[in-house]
Amino acid sequence: MSSMALADSRWIARGEERVSLPRFLAWLAPWIVLLAIGVYAAGLCLFYGLNQTNMDNRFAFGLWIFLDLGIIALGAGAFFTGFLVYILKRAELRPILNTAVVVGFICYSGAVAILMIDVGQPLRAWFTFWHPNTHSMLTEVTFCISCYLTVLGLEYVPILLRNRQLRKLPSFLVFERQLHKLVPVLAAVGTLLSFFHQGSLGGLYGVLRGRPFAFREGIFIWPSTFFLFILSAIATGPSFLMLVVAIVERVTGRNLVAQDVFRRLGRISGVLLGVYVAAKSIDTLIWLNFTSPSEGFAPWQYYIYKPFGTPVLFTEIVLFGLVPAFLLTFPRTAEHRGWRLSAAALACCGVLMNRFVMTVQTLALPTLSFDEFLSYTPSWQELASFGAVIAYGVIVYSLSYRYLPLFSRSGGEDSHVPGH
Amino acid sequence: MSARYGMVIDLDRCTGCGSCMVACAAENNVPALPQATARTGITPMLVRKASNGKEGNLRREAFIPILCMHCEHETPCVHVCPQQAVELDAATGIVMQMPQRCLGCRYCMTACPYHARYFNWWDPAWSAGMEKSLNPGVATRMRGVVEKCNFCHVRFHAAKEKAAAAGRREIDPADYIPACVEACPTGAIRFGNLSDPNDPVTQDARSANAFRLLARIGTEPKVYYKSNEEWVRRLAESGGQSDSPTHTTRIPAQQAEELHV
Repeated sequence: MSSMALADSRWIARGEERVSLPRFLAWLAPWIVLLAIGVYAAGLCLFYGLNQTNMDNRFAFGLWIFLDLGIIALGAGAFFTGFLVYILKRAELRPILNTAVVVGFICYSGAVAILMIDVGQPLRAWFTFWHPNTHSMLTEVTFCISCYLTVLGLEYVPILLRNRQLRKLPSFLVFERQLHKLVPVLAAVGTLLSFFHQGSLGGLYGVLRGRPFAFREGIFIWPSTFFLFILSAIATGPSFLMLVVAIVERVTGRNLVAQDVFRRLGRISGVLLGVYVAAKSIDTLIWLNFTSPSEGFAPWQYYIYKPFGTPVLFTEIVLFGLVPAFLLTFPRTAEHRGWRLSAAALACCGVLMNRFVMTVQTLALPTLSFDEFLSYTPSWQELASFGAVIAYGVIVYSLSYRYLPLFSRSGGEDSHVPGH
Repeated sequence: MSARYGMVIDLDRCTGCGSCMVACAAENNVPALPQATARTGITPMLVRKASNGKEGNLRREAFIPILCMHCEHETPCVHVCPQQAVELDAATGIVMQMPQRCLGCRYCMTACPYHARYFNWWDPAWSAGMEKSLNPGVATRMRGVVEKCNFCHVRFHAAKEKAAAAGRREIDPADYIPACVEACPTGAIRFGNLSDPNDPVTQDARSANAFRLLARIGTEPKVYYKSNEEWVRRLAESGGQSDSPTHTTRIPAQQAEELHV
């Protein structure tokens, strides 16, 4: 065994088997290349400006906003699992908690990184904290996402400090144990923050009176999309977690989580998805029949432009909503691993499609009668930055899986997890 | 007394010559960037073209100058800006953009129903010698911020200074005229104080053939249009509202670029 491989093995949790270092590096290599290309593309955008993208005055938001909304929705599994475990005391979901935190951290940090490229003057980001407009949904999003990313960081640190070598430092050990006591509080704070920013991301578009395709009436100051975004995020977050763990199990060839946990997650996801589909259907009917006509827009106007016809609406609500909700709750399919994972994948596609429709279709559709339907194709810099976020996620998760006890049964080193 | 400045644009008089766009660009130091396209250029005043969708002798066309409508009620861009870089000036009714505070998030552009806001995709640049023609009263905007029409606010300041120097509290309406109004060769664009019932512009705005674009969304824009042609007035509504939907076109990219200075 080479000295490098020997040193590497000392960082892996005792009793855990991991692939050899060269094999691990070979796995990481393509992702590192993808990340490097994306970082270069992001650098071009920061150095030369957003003229490196294909966004324009009409398509002022593009691929990156879709990415932000999409991964933040998928990352909702982090706060929701914490909520279920620590607030609702669903201890059976504890084995998946660490993975939920890592996935959430990846999603949110990736989204924040992309947001920093997506603004024209990133160095002025602090202005939002200094001159906040309390009427703006984006202010709420900025505050909540910043705070929640900090919370996720604090939740990630104890997992990080459980590394075999880091644990040898007494101060780290003490710090980790003290921090662990805070985790239930962090979970509660994270839940509160997440409810608000998931909702505000929906509100971001729902308040746009000037974009009738997205505008919704609501309750008090919140448009209906505020609540729909929360519901869809908590419905699909657990599905995404299931998918991530299933992919990791496939790649590593190990069973990491008991099937009971999957079944439970699937059931939760299915029930919530059913509630979401019902709420979304009612909201769509109200919007088509009342909200939109009252603003002078006939509902059919939105669906005459290809490819955004009514099949998109059908796909989003029925194929990616009702069907997975049924598959995840109907006992026969819910018990079957294949059906369950397929349904989880459909649910994730559904939430991504919803975010795509809300961001891209909203901007593509004309509002003025002499406007025309416009299309937009992302530049390579936008696509590369998009790819870099995915690569970043894979790399961080791979490193976490290799060197940290992500699943509770990994080694005895996390035996002090509360309740264990 | 607070003013509510607004405009009435007579579309029957507009010939689409683009003088207003040129004057606006010159007044506000809008850079002429060769790399900008119709979709990435900065045109705080943009003349667009619409037709009745018919062919031959029945075909009719109209030119529609589009600028910030200075919405009065629940001003979309003011509400959404996360760092208060946009404000509705209570003293004038003008929606002001502060590029110095703008983050460049472009949420306001997404919110604007009229697509009347523009992002500085490039660093401003002028060809050699052109910088000598810049208006010293207007700051140039940097890359990465949003801008829009502000009813030539620098001229409002100049009018106030002139009034103050003369010992008057109120400005002389003749001293505050935006560049586009001044430049229009047919007098199609008129500017005035909509809170003054005796202002000819207010009376024009109340005429039977005056209308506002997308009035039903309830943002109370302060730019009015007027036309004796019914098909033109129908353009105010969304695309599918008329019995025989009006086929309309955006101003062709090449033409827009020619007009864009």
